[in-house]
Amino acid sequence: MSGRGLVVALPFVWLLLFFVVPFVIVLKISFSDVDLAIPPYKPLLDWVGKHTLAIKLNFDNYAFLFTDSLYLRAFWNSIKVAFFSTVLCLCIGYPMAYGIARARPHTRNVLLLLVILPFWTSLLLRVYAWIGLMKANGVINNVLMSLGVIHDPLTMLYTPFAMYVGIVYSYLPFLILPLYANLEKMDWQLLEAAQDLGCRPWQAFYKITLPLSRNGILAGSMLVFIPATGEFVIPALLGGPNALMIGRVLWDEFFANRAWPVASAVAILMLILLVPFMMWYQSVQARESAGAR
Amino acid sequence: MSASSAALKAQPWKDPTARPYVQVERICKSFGDFKAVDDVSLKIYKGEIFCLLGASGCGKTTLLRMLGGFETPTSGKIFIDGEDMTGVPPYERPVNMMFQSYALFPHMTVEQNVAFGLKQDRVPKTEIRERVAAMLDLVKLNGFAQRKPQQLSGGQRQRVALARSLVKRPKLLLLDEPLGALDKKLREHTQFELISIQDKLGVTFVVVTHDQEEAMTLASRIGVMNHGEIVQAGTPSEIYEFPSSKFVADFIGSVNMFEGKLIEDEPEYVRIGSDELGGIIYVSHGISAPPEAVVWAAVRPEKIFMSTAAPAGTDNVVRGAVQDIAYLGDLSIYIVKLPTGKVVRVTQPNTSRHAEAIGWDQEVYLSWDASSPVVVTR
Repeated sequence: MSGRGLVVALPFVWLLLFFVVPFVIVLKISFSDVDLAIPPYKPLLDWVGKHTLAIKLNFDNYAFLFTDSLYLRAFWNSIKVAFFSTVLCLCIGYPMAYGIARARPHTRNVLLLLVILPFWTSLLLRVYAWIGLMKANGVINNVLMSLGVIHDPLTMLYTPFAMYVGIVYSYLPFLILPLYANLEKMDWQLLEAAQDLGCRPWQAFYKITLPLSRNGILAGSMLVFIPATGEFVIPALLGGPNALMIGRVLWDEFFANRAWPVASAVAILMLILLVPFMMWYQSVQARESAGAR
Repeated sequence: MSASSAALKAQPWKDPTARPYVQVERICKSFGDFKAVDDVSLKIYKGEIFCLLGASGCGKTTLLRMLGGFETPTSGKIFIDGEDMTGVPPYERPVNMMFQSYALFPHMTVEQNVAFGLKQDRVPKTEIRERVAAMLDLVKLNGFAQRKPQQLSGGQRQRVALARSLVKRPKLLLLDEPLGALDKKLREHTQFELISIQDKLGVTFVVVTHDQEEAMTLASRIGVMNHGEIVQAGTPSEIYEFPSSKFVADFIGSVNMFEGKLIEDEPEYVRIGSDELGGIIYVSHGISAPPEAVVWAAVRPEKIFMSTAAPAGTDNVVRGAVQDIAYLGDLSIYIVKLPTGKVVRVTQPNTSRHAEAIGWDQEVYLSWDASSPVVVTR
């Protein structure tokens, strides 16, 4: 094999080993029966006679997801949480990305570093830090009480509020960075031209900046929405027992119930759900890079 | 050289009773310690093409941006058609600007770009359509209405930018290096197109350029800028033939500058003794300078005669040796070195195809008419 072929083959082998093979295994398990064994499912293929290989595909696991409303509610809730998190991230992240893009080059580098800085510690640690901030006798309550703003501690931890804070905080950089990359390419003279032609500054923003940053908005939103849908750690730690997210359901099925086939079916269904979004994101990305040329 | 424009024929700046259309009164603009524009006053009349000419960093663009409302003057006032523009934002000024980068909106078609300003003013739809079509017709882009800016050539983009800034019928159009991004052939062609469009619409133009040829072709008057000041304002021929300072003489076209001392100062003529020239310069008009003052006589290269035989007289005559020749087709440039070491530039039109050629290292006499030198005192 030539060197060039090797370079091309390497990512394919990597994807085959670490993406396609695990996916096929999960797909296989999702069609199996539960068994009290190790591993806890029955094989798909079975020799029933000397020359007969029986393939048994069990669709019960998928049917089960639609009979118990828990799963559909979890799916729906995940999408809802991911959607509102994305909107919140946009509301906070767009002004930040805009501010960074319009800052002086030196300040810009410092601000970008500040956006990336949280990645230097583990996500888990940062989420635990939020517990310390938001718990009943945490930093926020203590400060507010000592200032006399409140008399009884606020219940923040283990509420949807805490979960949204955690998700928005964790995913904000994923929205800011692609949006910044897009806004940074903006020709700001276009805004002067718009003002020259009769636009007030906010009209110029609405008619010029916003449409031109559309691809950055879509890319950033997808980078928040897709992983937030499957998010498991943050709802589990901050959201309390009522935060019904599909990632948590998956975890419970797999580890608490040892129902590997059902868990696999949940995983496959989630994938099917997210594929359209990913494809959309891909096409946006392709358009973005085509437009840059 | 200058093309005819209505304002140039009328010459309103010579009429003291004429009302200026744009009046700039003692405008200053500082960025920190740097004075970008320093105490500039200007009167521009209706229908003029006024060129602000200067090297980069001379403050011409800052002055233009203050007219457009994109920069706030540190002090001074701007009046347009009698109205004080202080504190009026760009979107409320009766002024439009054509940007150097054109600043076309990339997400809109040519038609949408041109219609943008009219839509912003809530002009009725049918009127927008008519005015946009008429404007695209004027700049010869009728077939390109549905194209995006990226699908156009540089010259076409320039015309879209022009159409977009003219469609609102501004009282004043500001053009920042309007032809800077075009190649030489296209630039020459576009210069004349720009003048004919301006003539048709009667809009007053203020053009910023660093290209003196462009300024000479376009302008009814030129304001030469240096270090934030307007050092001279006048018609192209005034600026060229009667520069008021060494800087202007040197900046516009090429010139031979001889430093000397006034030795005879009469109302009808002056004689200047120049060590640099190694002779006497006789000028057939009086100047106002103290006796014995150090002055400079500027002689344009095309106004110097070159001959192998000695001309009559001793004033305005000097001998030298041809050091270099550049043949440009229509004319030739001769670099002549004087015995004093001064190098003089002479241009001669190649009127005959078989002219008796003057060669390298040949001894020649240089002479000029007594009316040719311009004497400047600073």
